[in-house]
Amino acid sequence: MKPMRLLNTRQQQVIGFNLLRLVSLVTVLPILGAVIYIFVRGMPAISWEFLTAVPRDGMREGGIMPAIVGTLYLTLGTAVFSVPLGVAAGIYIAEYAKDNALTRLIRIAIINLAGIPSVVYGLFGFGIFVLFLRFGTSILAASLTLSIMTLPVIISTTEEALRSVPNSFRVVSTSLGATRWQTVWRIVLPQAMPGILTGVILGLERAAGETAPILFTGAAFFLPRLPGSLLDATMALPYHIFVISTQVPGMPIQIQYGTVLVLLVFVLGMNLIATLIRSRARARRQW
Amino acid sequence: MMENSHTRRSEFAITFFIKAAGYSSILLVTAIFIFLMKEGLPALGDVDLKTLFGSRWYPIEGYFGIWPLILGSLLVTVGAALVAIPLGVGTAVYISEVAPAWIKEILKPLIEILAGLPSVVLGFLGITVAVPLLRRLLDLPTGLTAFTGAVMLGLISIPTIVSIGEDALNTVPQSYRQAALALGATRWQTIWGVTLPAARSGVITAIMLGIGRALGETMAVMMVTGNAPVLPVQWNALFMPVRTMTATIASEMGEVATGSAHYHVLFFIGIVLFLLSLIVNIFASFVSSKQRRRAERVLS
Repeated sequence: MKPMRLLNTRQQQVIGFNLLRLVSLVTVLPILGAVIYIFVRGMPAISWEFLTAVPRDGMREGGIMPAIVGTLYLTLGTAVFSVPLGVAAGIYIAEYAKDNALTRLIRIAIINLAGIPSVVYGLFGFGIFVLFLRFGTSILAASLTLSIMTLPVIISTTEEALRSVPNSFRVVSTSLGATRWQTVWRIVLPQAMPGILTGVILGLERAAGETAPILFTGAAFFLPRLPGSLLDATMALPYHIFVISTQVPGMPIQIQYGTVLVLLVFVLGMNLIATLIRSRARARRQW
Repeated sequence: MMENSHTRRSEFAITFFIKAAGYSSILLVTAIFIFLMKEGLPALGDVDLKTLFGSRWYPIEGYFGIWPLILGSLLVTVGAALVAIPLGVGTAVYISEVAPAWIKEILKPLIEILAGLPSVVLGFLGITVAVPLLRRLLDLPTGLTAFTGAVMLGLISIPTIVSIGEDALNTVPQSYRQAALALGATRWQTIWGVTLPAARSGVITAIMLGIGRALGETMAVMMVTGNAPVLPVQWNALFMPVRTMTATIASEMGEVATGSAHYHVLFFIGIVLFLLSLIVNIFASFVSSKQRRRAERVLS
């Protein structure tokens, strides 16, 4: 006797697919809702003064310019250190490294770097850059800390982008007498550039939004002017959001939403640029 | 001849730089580990073991029991996994196996936006929107609870699970699905009976990495869990305030005197976090490399 079944396979599939649709909807609706909500609540706070003035009256008035500029500085500082090192490391793994124990060790190291909690990077940066190397809580120490955190993202996307370039490019170049570096620099790297750029921007996007690593390496609670040198601490948007939403009583909610909106636009803007680069490159690719 | 030797010399210099950069990640992981040990292990001398693994965290009076913090992290992380696994895996399956192309084009960027949302933004929405809502809905004394933290962390780990899980499903050869369909299976049966089992280790890797993400998350969790270092052992612990290891470091590191017992204990917590993430990540990469080897065997 055939076992009794509540539903036939066709009905199962209809229910199953609808369940998956529901699950996906539950996953993405809060994201969409959150972004729209922040735009709606934050827009009224945005004005020329808000973007270009320094905070006044215990940060309850005025603008957030030092935090915006500070985040720009930190993002650029992170790029200066992490991009050359990360791209070079990616080139090494994709183009130079042999398949041996050492390379496997490098891979394990990268995986682990990627998994280290951001606050542990903060601890490390505090210990080594702020105290040991005596940079103090500064843009330099915070940028270096963020760079180490960003490194694994840049390395793995660079490697992936280089690997997607067909091997025939390398074979032809080498057969024409080019050295390995000439092949990489003139032939492979240009082809992989859009992929590398996308990865770099996504890595920097993460660095721009991070709070925990800069908490004790470079973020200033309140600094109503621009930092004068690399060895000054700086205000930064993510830390500023944390401060005004949890540490300052009686903070006008509009300023809070406005600040969140500015960070969101900054981060989503980078995300959009990365997406555009990627889709343009896909459309143009000849191989 | 001149130019040739110049080329060779610059080629040598560049190759040297690239090699050094390649090895840098080993150097960095080692440096981080040694540094954490150097600053964290003295905690074992400053504080006796019974206190360190005791159940009371009250640094001002010399109570450095990290047990409530470890359990706090575990409670919130397990909660996050319960939120993120069904939603993340379900969405990955939907995107990879069911959704038509135009829906994919909408879903994937949205997931990427979630991945890019700074955790402080999620924490902010947590305290301004989710916390008051939860307090009113469940009539709690405070909405700053482990549950709120778990939901936030769940959201944060979803993008990891979706994107890596989707990759894993995409690497299952199309012929597997075609064979199942040719045998008369429905698409739904193919997904559960063939595709998901074939991508199993990739999906497990995705889940592990998502959990690793949740375990290490700091800002969102610090802002919404209420930060009360109590042992979460009561039946309603999920709806009470807790304190995670990450939040403890973030909120107390700024105020400690360098070299004090408190300072060393915070670094000791850093060691615990480092080792836990090491275990999670090595396990995840071990699982996925096993799958790759098996796939190679099947295809050859």
